Amino acid sequence: MISTDLSIIAPEILLAVFAMAGLVGAVYSGRDALSQLLTWAAALLFVAAALYIGLTGEGTHTAFGGIFVDDAFSRFAKVAVLLSAAAVLIISQDYLSRSDLLRFEYPILVTLAVIGMMVMVSAGDLMTLYMGLELQSLALYVVAALRRDNARSTEAGLKYFVLGALSSGLLLYGASLTYGYAGTTEFAGIIEAAGADASIGLIFGLVFLCAGFAFKVSAAPFHMWTPDVYEGSPTPVTALFATAPKVAAMALFARVVHDAFGGVVGDWQQILAFLAVVSMFLGAIAAIGQRDIKRLMAYSSISHMGYALMGLSAGTAQGVESMLVYMAIYVVMNIGTFAFILSMSRDGRHVTEIDALNGFATKEPLKALAILCLMFSLAGVPPLLGFFGKYAVLLAAVDAGLGWLAVAGVVASVIGAFYYLRIVYYMYFGEETEGLDGRMTTLPWLGLVASAVIMLVGIVNLFGIEGLAEAAAATLVR
Amino acid sequence: MDNILSIVTFLPAIAAIFMGVLKGDDPAAQRNAKWLALAATSATFLVSLAILFQFDPNDTGFQMVEESEWLFGLSYRVGVDGISVLFVMLTTFLMPLVVAACWNVTHRVKEYMMALLILETLMLGVFVALDLVLFYLFFEGGLIPMFLIIGIWGGKDRIYAAFKFFLYTFLGSVLMLVAMVAMYIDAGTSCIGGCEVSLLTHQFGAGTLDIAGVQVVGGMQTLLFLAFFASFAVKMPMWPVHTWLPDAHVQAPTAGSVVLAAILLKMGGYGFLRFSLPMFPVASDLLAEFVMILSVIAIIYTSLVAMMQEDMKKLIAYSSVAHMGYVTMGIFAANQQGIDGAIFQMLSHGFVSGALFLCVGVIYDRMHTRDIDAYGGLVVRMPAYAAVFMLFTMANVGLPGTSGFVGEFLTLIGIFKVNTWIGVLAATGVILSACYALWLYRRVVFGDLIKESLKSITDMTTRERAIFAPLIAMTILLGVYPSLVTDAIGPSVEALIGRYEVAVESFVPDTAVAAAEE
Repeated sequence: MISTDLSIIAPEILLAVFAMAGLVGAVYSGRDALSQLLTWAAALLFVAAALYIGLTGEGTHTAFGGIFVDDAFSRFAKVAVLLSAAAVLIISQDYLSRSDLLRFEYPILVTLAVIGMMVMVSAGDLMTLYMGLELQSLALYVVAALRRDNARSTEAGLKYFVLGALSSGLLLYGASLTYGYAGTTEFAGIIEAAGADASIGLIFGLVFLCAGFAFKVSAAPFHMWTPDVYEGSPTPVTALFATAPKVAAMALFARVVHDAFGGVVGDWQQILAFLAVVSMFLGAIAAIGQRDIKRLMAYSSISHMGYALMGLSAGTAQGVESMLVYMAIYVVMNIGTFAFILSMSRDGRHVTEIDALNGFATKEPLKALAILCLMFSLAGVPPLLGFFGKYAVLLAAVDAGLGWLAVAGVVASVIGAFYYLRIVYYMYFGEETEGLDGRMTTLPWLGLVASAVIMLVGIVNLFGIEGLAEAAAATLVR
Repeated sequence: MDNILSIVTFLPAIAAIFMGVLKGDDPAAQRNAKWLALAATSATFLVSLAILFQFDPNDTGFQMVEESEWLFGLSYRVGVDGISVLFVMLTTFLMPLVVAACWNVTHRVKEYMMALLILETLMLGVFVALDLVLFYLFFEGGLIPMFLIIGIWGGKDRIYAAFKFFLYTFLGSVLMLVAMVAMYIDAGTSCIGGCEVSLLTHQFGAGTLDIAGVQVVGGMQTLLFLAFFASFAVKMPMWPVHTWLPDAHVQAPTAGSVVLAAILLKMGGYGFLRFSLPMFPVASDLLAEFVMILSVIAIIYTSLVAMMQEDMKKLIAYSSVAHMGYVTMGIFAANQQGIDGAIFQMLSHGFVSGALFLCVGVIYDRMHTRDIDAYGGLVVRMPAYAAVFMLFTMANVGLPGTSGFVGEFLTLIGIFKVNTWIGVLAATGVILSACYALWLYRRVVFGDLIKESLKSITDMTTRERAIFAPLIAMTILLGVYPSLVTDAIGPSVEALIGRYEVAVESFVPDTAVAAAEE
């Protein structure tokens, strides 16, 4: 029934209508008068959609003959995507209007990207998957080059586009191989065709698909674009890159390997474990030399993706659960950190050098304390919430017999701790030099403090995320 | 009071949060912060006395247990037994003195006090935690405030020392984390003791494993033991992974050194007693000799190194490593005297080394140098100080009548019963410790007061005397009446050894089985 199908994708339709209406409205009203309003409207709409999906959705439904799936897993991922995108829009408003970047295209493109992500995580078919992925990617290529008169930003956009196109090519190649050998693009059909012992052609398809996803989640060795794009893009866009798309891509990854290739866990487990190990170490080691906090966060995200992949590579429901919990915690930490990075400025100019943090703690004790919490949490030091993310993935990995991966992971986390500590070192131990303007507007301040508080308070019960993630994982892994 | 342990554990943290809300950094606010910290730590001590009164030494199980559900199938479980209760008391007893010892700090006082209070909560948590991950949480969490204490309020090379301290101990303990995860999966519970299924009663596999062609005797137990050993040996610290300690001690402010020496180092020994020995008895038995040899090397080698130090704090730091050698030796002797002695030595070392660092702090506050050569003849101007320093030097040497003697004596008896050669070698450490400690004392306190800068040095203030008084009382009290401690810990230690011996005796190595079958 078309009406039930449509009701399943109602949130996506609503957002799409909003994006188009906003586009038309803004073009007709001329200039960027509406951009402030549109940004708020988009953020509120995201929150509303997240609430709607989170509170009303139940059970598993499929639409359009199985190519679009609405289950607990996709709802979990959608809520995470929507909320983090909303949070990024809210914290970045001030920065955008300050640096004259608040054009009406921005909220609209973000909305389109979010729709793409929502389609991705609900994909039940290789076609839907590709459509969602491309909608997301194309919108993101454009926002990366949002500051179009800046060489860095356009470079970032172009690099992202070229490499993104390459990865889409890999993905498509993998998809076509899969289709060729399975005879269907539907996940339900692929898993049947693959059985317990997939043909070599299907394995080829799987490998190419994995390579494409690894690019999207920026897992090493497909991470090359990340530092440059993070550094070159305007900071609000970087904040977006670090959060919502990562969740969506990770969820898609989980969906494909379990829904379409759930029968051949052993085949993709090695790929994921390899990606995880390389990402964790590369992220940790390469970040040591960084002087720019945005590049540092890029490498940090690479290594965090490694941990999430470690959870996923367990190949069990517990693994998916731990990955979801990890991503939820990761997103909150990143929003807080970027809320601060957005407001790093000296004499009114945005700075991103780490040594600008020198002596920050003497000037702004509360903010410094909040960042301290976030940094230790990113490093995975207990008793902060970041530790529980690491604990969950370790548990899943060891339980699946990947003890060596767990050991590699914790060793990498010690190396990684070094550069997070270095930020603390600048803030607390450094001699006061020029320093930063301590000023921070209300919304980023709220973002920073709220996420730091979450890092501390979350250890009581994780705000119930654990149960939701468990339910989500249970629908995916049968 | 059903949740006395939680109250004691979190009282300092609550005070720290309260302090964080206070505004201002003027002298009045600084004074308020200090008094608030002193009040909070003192109150914690007074409340913790209730633990001591409620504690029944003859009950070898866990007491005052609290439990509630937590994340990922873990639980918030706290409780004490004979092994941990005295460490809790040691911590609450020392913290008010530590706060009082940093009364002269003027740099970021509020943050300093907050860090100390948070640290107290985390240290107490280590000793009361009865859940594996909860233990890890507190164990590792302590690194954060200590990192800041060394890094912000430390000496010249504080940054190097802070990073070294953090990364060294972090690397040691992440391996323990993996082992903990493996234990949780193997046993199906994260409860340390006192539950229906608990890690203390779970038998971890000891069959020989073949890992990448290497035969691991003791199997899983050995692997887990080594992972825990990596963490506790660094924390303890044992030779050869002790090198972070002298750096951290020298650079840390006085209060930081005291906390580090008196309490943080004890977590390693406590860990051995809580995890390694009872949970991996077979592996402990297999590796006991290895640990003992490391301990003896620590005792002799670091004593010799201590003798050559020019910096007072470094000297005491090395002497700490040597004294911790007795502790590990006693623990792995695995008999009543050995373990009693090890616990006693840890408590005594808490008072004595803490007091010695405070002694250094007293003259450092006046002269701003820790070079031994910068002093000499202090007895002329500082008679009271000379007397106090003398007492603690003697206690460090292990003079009968002080608490230092009992611990060393008991551990030596324990080791003699197991391995005479190691016992003989370890006993030389007593002589060596007399050498470096008395030599230090002579160079600093005796001789003629010829240095111009020392001519106007003043004796201890009332505040300083008040700090030392309780430490002196405890050192002598435990020295003349040691059964105060041994009565409290005895039954729990006996139960521990009982379980340990049963497990070791029932273990048959695979090779023996194979031989019997042929």
